[in-house]
Amino acid sequence: MSAKSLELYVHIPFCVKKCAYCDFLSASADENTRQEYIRNLLEEIKEKGKQYPDYEITTVFIGGGTPSILKAGQIADVLEEVYRSFSVRPDAEITIECNPGTLSFEKLSIYKTAGINRISVGLQSTDNDELRELGRIHTYEEFLQSYDLIRKVGFSNVNIDIMAALPGQTALSYEKTLRHVLSLRPEHISAYSLIIEEGTPFFEKYEADELLREKGDKPLFLPSEETEREMYEQTKELFAEHGYERYEISNYAKNGYACRHNIGYWRRENYLGLGLGSSSLVENVRFHNTTNLLDYNRGMFGQQDMEVLDKKSQMEEFMFLGLRMTNGVARKDFETAFGLPVENVYGTVLDKQVADGLVKKEAGRIFLTERGMDVSNYVMAQFLI
Amino acid sequence: MAHIDQSKIRNFCIIAHIDHGKSTLADRIIEMTGTLTSREMQSQVLDNMDLERERGITIKSQAVRIIYKAKDGEEYIFNLIDTPGHVDFNYEVSRSLAACDGAILVVDAAQGVEAQTLANVYLALDHNLDVMPVINKIDLPSAQPDAVAQEIEDVIGIEAMDAPRISAKTGLNVEEVLEQLVKKIPAPQGDPEAPLKALIFDAIYDSYKGVIVFCRIKEGCVKVGTKIKMMATGATDEVTEVGYFGAGQFIPCEELSAGMVGYICASIKNVRETRVGDTVTEADRPCAEALPGYKKVNPMVYCGLYPADSAKYPDLRDALEKLQINDASLQYEPETSIALGFGFRCGFLGLLHLEIIQERLEREFNLDLVTTAPGVIYKVHKTDGEVIELTNPSNLPDPSEIEYMEEPMVSAEIMVTSDYIGAIMDLCQERRGIYVSMEYIEKTRALIKYDLPLNEIIYDFFDALKSRSRGYASFDYEMKGYVRSELVKLDILVNKEEVDALSFIVFKDSAYERGRKMCEKLKEEIPRHLFEIPIQAAVGGKIIARETIKAMRKDVLAKCYGGDISRKKKLLEKQKEGKKRMRQVGNVEIPQEAFMSVLKLDED
Repeated sequence: MSAKSLELYVHIPFCVKKCAYCDFLSASADENTRQEYIRNLLEEIKEKGKQYPDYEITTVFIGGGTPSILKAGQIADVLEEVYRSFSVRPDAEITIECNPGTLSFEKLSIYKTAGINRISVGLQSTDNDELRELGRIHTYEEFLQSYDLIRKVGFSNVNIDIMAALPGQTALSYEKTLRHVLSLRPEHISAYSLIIEEGTPFFEKYEADELLREKGDKPLFLPSEETEREMYEQTKELFAEHGYERYEISNYAKNGYACRHNIGYWRRENYLGLGLGSSSLVENVRFHNTTNLLDYNRGMFGQQDMEVLDKKSQMEEFMFLGLRMTNGVARKDFETAFGLPVENVYGTVLDKQVADGLVKKEAGRIFLTERGMDVSNYVMAQFLI
Repeated sequence: MAHIDQSKIRNFCIIAHIDHGKSTLADRIIEMTGTLTSREMQSQVLDNMDLERERGITIKSQAVRIIYKAKDGEEYIFNLIDTPGHVDFNYEVSRSLAACDGAILVVDAAQGVEAQTLANVYLALDHNLDVMPVINKIDLPSAQPDAVAQEIEDVIGIEAMDAPRISAKTGLNVEEVLEQLVKKIPAPQGDPEAPLKALIFDAIYDSYKGVIVFCRIKEGCVKVGTKIKMMATGATDEVTEVGYFGAGQFIPCEELSAGMVGYICASIKNVRETRVGDTVTEADRPCAEALPGYKKVNPMVYCGLYPADSAKYPDLRDALEKLQINDASLQYEPETSIALGFGFRCGFLGLLHLEIIQERLEREFNLDLVTTAPGVIYKVHKTDGEVIELTNPSNLPDPSEIEYMEEPMVSAEIMVTSDYIGAIMDLCQERRGIYVSMEYIEKTRALIKYDLPLNEIIYDFFDALKSRSRGYASFDYEMKGYVRSELVKLDILVNKEEVDALSFIVFKDSAYERGRKMCEKLKEEIPRHLFEIPIQAAVGGKIIARETIKAMRKDVLAKCYGGDISRKKKLLEKQKEGKKRMRQVGNVEIPQEAFMSVLKLDED
């Protein structure tokens, strides 16, 4: 019997400058603040390591913010502490999120030596006007330089983030972004639609426009619903043509390069968050770290708003998270987890969704159809009990 | 046993235009006479319904007994009955007045006499009450107490020069009000030895005590064990408790005798046995004739009320029955809608009354309701000579059977400062008003009279009036009668299916405009479905307007990683919760609010 598995997420809440659409827990900070944070993060890793001695780490994901804003040595220190405090599997997937304009050959080399084997770069668009509007700190050209360095250092598992439905974006400019990105042959691409989040500068600027679009009316700055839909179709078609498999609503990968860490979230594997504001799910208990940097720096690493998930919540999550993946959920997994067939709980819902052409049942699996993917929120809401 | 000395009792109410400080004065009196210590005081004691405090209005009459030691050294019992201020609740005012011997008229020192001031004074005079004016809010910078006193004398014609000038808010000169009460409001009369004759002015239902009857004893007396008889319903019961009103509580006492205000419990379980306005007498020794009761008020506005969950139909029926005990103007009868199932067609005095009842049903009885568009009573003259009183648009006969229709008109009085006369006349004109007259009450204020169709004022007339006069206009109306009118039924089709609960009667020339707006509004209210939904307005089978709700193309949350899951779940829950508040009509889910859309056509 092998040890229980656990994924680690390490949060770096710093960036050069906050983007106009970003609602993540992140801000710019000076050198001292960053150093103090890392000191405490190392403490937390040490402390949490003692709490999970029976677990084997399968993936590590260093996210942010912009983790690559830190000195390479700081990242190496963090990983070393992880290796010391936890038992990390030799084949673990270890990812770091980077932004163009914060990378150098030396930095990337240190990452590689430290054991990082997957790089995720935020590009968003190859159109410099669109990048400026988003409040990104880099141009497309600067991205190309960074990408080149990543390959030169020898990383062979790279993700590029791109975004559709940006203000001012057209189907044509988006297609250019797609084609540029494809020509670089990354192993993995995440293609998101911009979401106008409350509390961001974009919300004030585009909220009214967003409402127009929601009703199916013509927005002024954002691409219309039809255009957005066209972009979405383009993404699916072009990526398929180039040998990328869509394995989740927004994620595409070459064979064998799907992100193991993220799949863990959708399969409800155990994961432990380290660092400010990070979230965890361990043995069906959900909890969070403090979002207050001062508290965190005082060593308050305790679990907050602990939520013990009951069977009902577990089933709901099993369905709405599992259905994000194109291969959906396995009947067998449901039965193993909950001790009864999925039909006993979701029989009526499934029949209706299947009849409406939104869900398919095939070869022991339940998954969304293309149409079901398009309106996945609507479908998933039906699986709440 | 000696009865309480009538000469030491004063039964009075406070009347005022809305916001002139009626409830604040009541609070101050209660506080100053030590009925409640200030620690126990909660602002506006008598408005004890949550709804009343939230909205700052009085809906239900309330009574409280106060002991006041006057400067003449004597102790007096004051029975204060608080009354509502809104035009919709005139019937409540009317009831309370019947239990009183006098009224304090509160007038705002800055705003002076308003439409409701007049309406309430006339009501009080109708009931032969002595009216004692009080000028309130003299602490306001814009207060003009002397000018307002003059205005009261000029416009109303009652003595006002020695009216107390007070600030109910700060308590300034409130003592003076209490002193004048003793002198100016007459003591009650009535023979305590005569057969019992008591007027029911309110009633509530208590699950332990049964119906609690609020009454004013006009003659005779009542105590535990008295066999009482309700003169109108003939019901007899034995009294189990009598008492008077403390602040916010019932205080039992030995007996209630002529001149007193209090309550009677008689284990009355059947709520229908009690009617506000009825006379209570002794079963064995009845009085010769019943008291005149109240002016009966008829509902003017009708709408359908349906339980959101159709299994709650019996609960809704019980709730309506209980509310009707102390709100005789609420009327209801069962009806069925294809879209909404079983419910009730209910009659109200006005739109505020409707809203209040709806909210009370939802809060006090925990019911979730769907309300259909309010309408008035139309008279349909059929070709065969029959005349139908139409309260539900769905019952309109086929046009070929209709000779003609009539709609109710009201005489409206609007008081407004001269700056806004033009705007208000425009509004009345738009609402098909017929100009009657205008007179200047003072240099800068005019009283405008219009005849208006009731169906033009039941929706948002008050709001329009307030916004076009920047809050300066005040409004009162009374029923005038029926006039012949060109009316049509506007039907709404959602996804090609007629939704009966959305139909309404409209003036022919407004049909196109209303139909178009209704379609637009429904397009906003009904969420997108997986398929396209046409929304059409039709008159007599002919489509006059159309909107289309586009099919939902995309509804995706792009990102969902470890930290997003709780939030994502909340989002889905919200989506699902939204569905619960919908009514399924055909294969379309219509939000409950959409059935009230017609009310919002003049917004934007």
